[in-house]
Amino acid sequence: MKTLLVQFAPTGSLQAWTAILLVAALAVVGEVMIAAGMQQLGDLDDIRAVKGLGGTIAAVLTNVRFVTGALCMALNFFTMLAALSLANLSLAGPAIAALTYIGNAVAAKFFLRERVDKRRWMATAFVALGVFLLSR
Amino acid sequence: MKHALKPSQYAILIAIMLTASVGDSLLARGMAQVGPVDVHHLGLLWHALFNVYVDLGIVLLIGFFASYTTALSWADLTFVMPATAFGYVVIALLGRYWLHEQLSWSRWAGIGLIVCAVGFVAGGPSRTEHPELDQMDAGAGR
Repeated sequence: MKTLLVQFAPTGSLQAWTAILLVAALAVVGEVMIAAGMQQLGDLDDIRAVKGLGGTIAAVLTNVRFVTGALCMALNFFTMLAALSLANLSLAGPAIAALTYIGNAVAAKFFLRERVDKRRWMATAFVALGVFLLSR
Repeated sequence: MKHALKPSQYAILIAIMLTASVGDSLLARGMAQVGPVDVHHLGLLWHALFNVYVDLGIVLLIGFFASYTTALSWADLTFVMPATAFGYVVIALLGRYWLHEQLSWSRWAGIGLIVCAVGFVAGGPSRTEHPELDQMDAGAGR
């Protein structure tokens, strides 16, 4: 996928950072909406036990939150293509990944009402920094 | 808060880690064979669908999305996130021990941080319970 996306252009401009923030925001909205949809549906194993595999897939694909999240993720992919024409992959890749992990944790706390305790904040910070270091 | 995961749920988390990392690697290898794609050569994307690595990568990434969706039905997003990030560690270790690539100190540090992050959340509960919502559901006869 990275090979598909590689485009090289000047980096660090206001436009580049706007694009990076937009991509990260779409990823956060997409993942939170998908998580909200799955939270609403409940354990898929329980649904499968009652409705079978086909019924489970239908339940997921007809969930408005899930579909909205999936559409945001699709939009995120195409926005990423545009972002990579404005910023170098070496900047955009780790920046988007780190911002997405932190944004997901904040959104999960306030929108999904997850209990994000000290342990999970530390995990989020470690993941964001870890991904940044791995991408260097 | 639920704490213990069933063996099948651990299997789903492992599937998330492996399908994402191996799927991305297969896509990268396939696209390297297809060649660079830009807006003037979008036809190459159709050509890419006939590359076996690209096809395997797509199958694995569909498996990733199914596993990820399933995990989110019984675990918090902030619990599943580090599991998805562990895929980066798998890719780096595959590069080091399978492809014999050199890993810089910063990459080893990144691996260490993500492993620590997975350890932090693995020791905690997987799901935040919302008793008031459960009561409302029960009251609504669900």
